Amino acid sequence: MTAPNDRPPGVPAARPGLVKVPTGIRGFDELTGGGLPAGRPTLVTGGAGSGKTLFGLEFLVRGAQELDEPGVLLAFEELAPDLADNAASLGFDLPALEAEGRLVVDAVHIDPTEIITTGDFDLDGLFIRLAAAVRAVGAKRVVLDTVEVLFAALDNEAIVRAEFSRLLRWLKSQGLTTVITGERGREGQLTRFGIEEYVTDCVIVLDHRVHDELATRRLRIVKYRGSAHGTNEYPFLIRSRGLMVWPLTEVALEYDASDERVSLGTPALDDMLAGGIYRGTTVLVSGTAGTGKTTLAALAVDAACARGEKALFVSFEESPHQIVRNMRSVGIDLARWIDAGLLQIWGERATAFGLEAHLDRIEQLMDEHGPTLAVLDSVGSLSHVGAGAEVTSTISRELDMLKTRGITAVVTSLNHGGQGESSSSAISSLIDTWVLLRNTESDGERNRLLFVIKSRGTAHSNQVREFRLTASGIELLEVVVGPQGILTGSARARQLAERDATAAGRTADLERQQRAFERRAAEVEAEIELMRERLAGQRAELDGLAAETARDDLARAAVQTAVARHRGPAGSPDGERLKEGS
Amino acid sequence: MAADVPVTRPSADPDGAYHLRLYVAGQSPKSVRAVENLRRVCEDHLAGRYTIELVDLLENPQLARGDEIIAVPTLVRKLPEPVRRIIGDLSDTEKVLVGLQLLKERTDP
Repeated sequence: MTAPNDRPPGVPAARPGLVKVPTGIRGFDELTGGGLPAGRPTLVTGGAGSGKTLFGLEFLVRGAQELDEPGVLLAFEELAPDLADNAASLGFDLPALEAEGRLVVDAVHIDPTEIITTGDFDLDGLFIRLAAAVRAVGAKRVVLDTVEVLFAALDNEAIVRAEFSRLLRWLKSQGLTTVITGERGREGQLTRFGIEEYVTDCVIVLDHRVHDELATRRLRIVKYRGSAHGTNEYPFLIRSRGLMVWPLTEVALEYDASDERVSLGTPALDDMLAGGIYRGTTVLVSGTAGTGKTTLAALAVDAACARGEKALFVSFEESPHQIVRNMRSVGIDLARWIDAGLLQIWGERATAFGLEAHLDRIEQLMDEHGPTLAVLDSVGSLSHVGAGAEVTSTISRELDMLKTRGITAVVTSLNHGGQGESSSSAISSLIDTWVLLRNTESDGERNRLLFVIKSRGTAHSNQVREFRLTASGIELLEVVVGPQGILTGSARARQLAERDATAAGRTADLERQQRAFERRAAEVEAEIELMRERLAGQRAELDGLAAETARDDLARAAVQTAVARHRGPAGSPDGERLKEGS
Repeated sequence: MAADVPVTRPSADPDGAYHLRLYVAGQSPKSVRAVENLRRVCEDHLAGRYTIELVDLLENPQLARGDEIIAVPTLVRKLPEPVRRIIGDLSDTEKVLVGLQLLKERTDP
């Protein structure tokens, strides 16, 4: 909730002294820089079904529930049970608030057919009822819905005008912040009875128009005295949890920029993006039919869940069951993340409810599941619903919603043949990283190429990768450049084969030379062995000779001794012994 | 409180009793005039078969809700049914009579 002085950048400052009270309506307080002028009346006018009563109701209920500002509703058109039902459709419990003493609903029933006016009168009856109700709950807020019924019912318009003017003065004097609803008049008149001339502080026009069979609600601030305000028409939604104004063109670019990088689940792609994408940024995966956009998105989901983070997969084309089955065929098991409560897959035909309801649903899913990563597959399907500008605006709002919540988003978009890069350019400015998948046709086959067109704040690869879907997920192949440019599929295989063949030839050559060398080495080795053996043989011969010589010497010496002994005493003792022995 | 009876219908039961309730806010000139005018009309046209209940909203503000009072003075014909409301100081007697269905409206053929 925005406090009166807590003004987002981009919204100009209010005149000093002008105090604003938040309505509690999402987007409206940001748009007006704080809400409605405090203690003053605001006119909310629009045609039938434009949402003016709901605007008033939410203003009251938010005040009573969240801002400690009790309120009074004077309803001239609807009965109390109908109002309670209407409020319940926004998730508001009027009877409970009444029981708690924070709200008074006074349905003023005026039936013109049973009323006759004669002579002078005033609206003191109404004043007294209102004052009593304000006193009863200590109200700070009042809604008069739709006060113009008074003009139609009481045929003295001069008195009603004077009394209405007195009523406004009284409301201001009581410091009551008031919303007065009015029925849009004919021919550009803001209200049927011109009551805008009495409400001088703030006038808001609601509009519900159908264009190209697509209903859109818009809100415009016609006048806001003393405060700068956006003059555009702002789309707004009636959601199951209250109104929401989308001041898209006024949204301050105030996202927290994370330095953390998260993986997209494909290591090769992460490498191309210098380590993945920044957390909280938006990736667009665009490509023609069958290029693998959904698979790429599912891998990002798989990676997020593997990190223990929650993910939301919104599919406009397939049922959750179908996605799980199809992803299993490329080796991605999403079922386990669903079982673990990390992944929620939401399948919905985009045409089912229209853009408003679609946005509402997505936001509700975000609130309930609280993912850190969301996949929208594919935003192109939304163009079945509405005209170009509305679709672009819806997608922008959706991306904006994701960004402000810091949710990393993977958005796929189907390009039709020939549109190439331009078809997604409408939302390109909201995209941080853009991955383009493209089919190339050559040699009678189609192959996929992957480009990173942009990635903010990232020195991303400028290379093209060939991209293959296999039973175990995605394979990104280094690009092969041949004489005719990039080669894919079988041309790539051929080129690689040729390259391999050359390499194989060189390898064989080397091996041959190696073998030759080894053979030669073995031969040399053998020769050395042979020579060694020969040398050893010669040595052995030599040794034998030496031994023989020694033996001969010994024998010769023995003979000489024997001879000497035999020759007698004159000879050696040996000669004597020889003599004795014989 | 459906008014399925057209304004122009003449009084269904001219002899029945009339129960009238007049809502005023304090003693304003309008209130005083309304009380005087009502007394006169009743005496002239309903002598002996009417009761008037006077409610001052300044004293009983909570009563405004019950009879769906927004303007004062407001005269509510409680009986005979259906309930009719006449807003103003009742200075135009003819209109009061039409409102009370004691007289056909002047424009009625």
